[in-house]
Amino acid sequence: MNWIASIFHRGKLYNDLSEEIRLHIDERAEQLIGEGMSREEAGRRARLAFGNRAVQEERSREVWQWPTLESIVADVRLALRQLRRSPGFTMAAILTLALAIGANAVVFSVLNAFLLRPLHVPHVETLYALHHGYDLTANQSYPSYVDLRDRNRSFDGLVAYDVSAAVLDTGNNPSSVWTEDVSGNYFDALGLQPYLGRFFHAGDEHGPNSAPYIVLTYDYWHTHFQDDRGVVGRVVQVNKHPFTILGVAPAEFNGTLLFFNPECFVPLVEDPFLGGGDLNARGNDFIFETLGHLKPGVTPAQAEAELNSIGASIQKTYPKDVGKMTFALKRPNLYGDFLGRPVRAFIAGLMLLTGLILLAACANLGSLFAARAADRSREVALRLALGSSRKRILRGLFTEAIMISLAGGGIGLLGSVVLLRALSAWQPLPGFPIHLAVNPDAKVYVVAVLLALASGLLFGAVPVRQVLRTNPYEVVKAGTGSAAGKRMNARDVLLVVQIAICAVLVTSSLVAVRGLVRSLHAHFGFDVAHIMLAETDLGMAGYSGDRAPLMQKQMVEAVKALPGVESVGLADSLPLAVNGGSSSQIFTDATTDLRPSNAMTNAIAYDISPEYFHAAGTTLLSGRNLTEHDDKNSPRVAVVNLEFARKIFGSPASALGGYFKMKNGTRIQVVGIAENGKYASLTEDPQPATFFPILQAPNTSTILVVREQPGLDTEAFQIGATIRNALHRVDSGLQVTVETRDKPMESTLFGPRIATIALGVLGVMGAMLSITGIFGMAANSVSKRLKELGIRVALGAQRKEILQAALGRAFKLLAIGSAAGLVLGLLATKVLAFIVYQATPRDPLVLAGVVLAMAALGLLATWIPAQRALSVNPLVLLREE
Amino acid sequence: MPEVNKPMTDSTRDLFPGALEMMILESLRRQPSHGYALVQHIQQRSKNLLQVEEGSLYPALQRLLKSKLVKAEWGVSSTNRRIRTYQITAAGLRHLEQQVSSFERMFEGIALVLNPGKATTN
Repeated sequence: MNWIASIFHRGKLYNDLSEEIRLHIDERAEQLIGEGMSREEAGRRARLAFGNRAVQEERSREVWQWPTLESIVADVRLALRQLRRSPGFTMAAILTLALAIGANAVVFSVLNAFLLRPLHVPHVETLYALHHGYDLTANQSYPSYVDLRDRNRSFDGLVAYDVSAAVLDTGNNPSSVWTEDVSGNYFDALGLQPYLGRFFHAGDEHGPNSAPYIVLTYDYWHTHFQDDRGVVGRVVQVNKHPFTILGVAPAEFNGTLLFFNPECFVPLVEDPFLGGGDLNARGNDFIFETLGHLKPGVTPAQAEAELNSIGASIQKTYPKDVGKMTFALKRPNLYGDFLGRPVRAFIAGLMLLTGLILLAACANLGSLFAARAADRSREVALRLALGSSRKRILRGLFTEAIMISLAGGGIGLLGSVVLLRALSAWQPLPGFPIHLAVNPDAKVYVVAVLLALASGLLFGAVPVRQVLRTNPYEVVKAGTGSAAGKRMNARDVLLVVQIAICAVLVTSSLVAVRGLVRSLHAHFGFDVAHIMLAETDLGMAGYSGDRAPLMQKQMVEAVKALPGVESVGLADSLPLAVNGGSSSQIFTDATTDLRPSNAMTNAIAYDISPEYFHAAGTTLLSGRNLTEHDDKNSPRVAVVNLEFARKIFGSPASALGGYFKMKNGTRIQVVGIAENGKYASLTEDPQPATFFPILQAPNTSTILVVREQPGLDTEAFQIGATIRNALHRVDSGLQVTVETRDKPMESTLFGPRIATIALGVLGVMGAMLSITGIFGMAANSVSKRLKELGIRVALGAQRKEILQAALGRAFKLLAIGSAAGLVLGLLATKVLAFIVYQATPRDPLVLAGVVLAMAALGLLATWIPAQRALSVNPLVLLREE
Repeated sequence: MPEVNKPMTDSTRDLFPGALEMMILESLRRQPSHGYALVQHIQQRSKNLLQVEEGSLYPALQRLLKSKLVKAEWGVSSTNRRIRTYQITAAGLRHLEQQVSSFERMFEGIALVLNPGKATTN
């Protein structure tokens, strides 16, 4: 009977048994009655004769229960006893595995959160975003969005959103919030239901500023309104305009961009109030992304084809404003391929590295187990000689391996959960609502346990051959001192592989760290040290039109009057900051047809005050600086960077005094040439950039660049407080952010920094693994050859000779592994150069660092075995045998 | 099988592992019967030399059932009692044959050791 059937039949079996035993006792009693005994006495005697009924019945039932279960319990108890007897081995094995499983669980959680978890939108499988067919972004203008929405037949409603910062005031506590400015049909087309109150609908919109409504996210409602259900209908101030709270979005819904959690949703048609884009301008591509559910039966390819034909007709109708208009449907989660591609590449790289860690850990454990099996060869031989089956012994070994993998996996998982919790609570970019919700879920647990078990079986299999080949007679006869082979055996190969993997990790983490350090000290075309920034948006404070430049002038003067301040520049945006400069199409002066396809190049444009270059530390190479007289009443001028001059005019000399055109036809004269810099990312190639006089293009976005006097080493926060106070004296209602120049660069350094941290952690793990690996090997070789060493000492061997005999092999393997790993690591870091600026493997410091690190690891790992080898007392050893 | 290696109860201490099963199979080979009759039969045949606790028969019967050496069927006896009758199977017959021959060899060996003088078998 197979065991599944026996489970179902067991009830009947047991009933039959009880009935049978009852009948047996009855029959005996009746016979005794027939022999003349009283009924009572007969019953007693019958029961006596039968014996302990409960015990017999229990024993009969046991027959049907699983013998396997029972012997598994026995195996487990034996394994635990064995492991307790060698705590060093057990600890080393569990820790090794815990490290590897922990690392893999963390990386898999990140992968799970970034790539596997869907957005919290019903029918998310049909949700696609409309990205450009020709680049990685998705921006659209509002009129184009409306055309696409109304003319397509492929989507069940097309929604649009933009992201912007605003000031929300519920009474007298203005605070900065991030809003998702969404089209009226947003919630309905996505298929969402409000948690509280109601959403706004397409029918609520009647042109610009017609729908002053706001929907809160659950989290914001929870933290800022203390779950007050009475908020529905309340009027709050957004950028000093009254908005009515309509409702609260469902708890899990945090917008349609993964990890970017806005605090509230407002209708896109309110954008003129919110300082967003122009709803009527065909050329103002301010909408961040458009997306929608495909209709049933429509494939993405069909939808793309339809959108492309709509795009072509829009382009034909508005050639002046609209450039190429082709589409590619992408998943909105990570903004299509814009973030998706680098994130996928990065996570794939991480998975590869943690896979290597796991492999190294398995190699390590394999050699630990092999060493243990060798140490126990005598025990195994004895057991075989006493009649134990090889199967039974192997089962014991595998049980030990599985116990260790479960313990190691459990500890690793626990550690990873702690780490992931911290990571989830972390806000990587200060001032941005980025939440990396990477909390582990069931998938992560399952993967971790499976990985642990798989690696357990893998390293448990290492000593199998050894056990199968054991000849009990030979082993018992020869004793423990079996001859050590001179050839490389499987364990040596495992160790070399493991050291090589570790060296790869150490190399790449050193390269990354060096690259990051260098990129932090590189010149970006502006100074970072001794610069403070004071940032505000005058639009949010109620200044607009001509009042903004006046206010800016007052602010600059107030800060300039402070002691310790050398100069104060003004800009609307800054290089290497979030929102760092807007891109504009640039035409040559000769171009008359200013359609987008005729543009010469795109240049990043900054609006600055004359003092900016000095304050920021950007060198003017030739020509003149901008002046106070370059205002609205004088001809338009600009300072351009070297790359701009080269690209539009061919050379700096011909650029000076030359003209170029903007999209609206404005002719602008180049009056000066500034040095090149980094504008959007550290790894970018030189990009054209222009600097316009801020008085010719007034802007409410205000950043003061404050340069401290040299040699004045005041604490940054003190200067910060003084600047803030000075600005509040100008207008107490200003929302000012004061920070050092490197703060806004954090986002551009985010990728390299994360890569460096990850590689650093993995490098440390690799180092720890190779320490345990080398230690295990060295300790094993010393303990195996203790007798030989004792004899050598007795014969007068020197310390050096003893060490060479005991540890020479370990160091040889270390050298081979490190060399292989270094070469592989240097090859691998070529890939790194794409993420980390200036990551170059051809760096003597890195090479020396790797060699030193590996040597230090070797010394560290062999220290204890070496001490043991040196302290061999030949008398004690020889007496023992 | 691990159960076989388990120590027997006090009353069956004198029997070696598998002895009870062997006797049950032998009895059933002669005639299918139910538990009570089996006990009676074994006690009678052994002239009460073997003190088998009646209950200890049942675990042995279950083991035989599980290894398909016997099969059981509910029925009614000649005295009109409800009984569960056991019957030896073909596998049971083969098993019995093996057991008996190996038992005989063992018995012979033991007898030789204990009684070197009159080394005979019956």
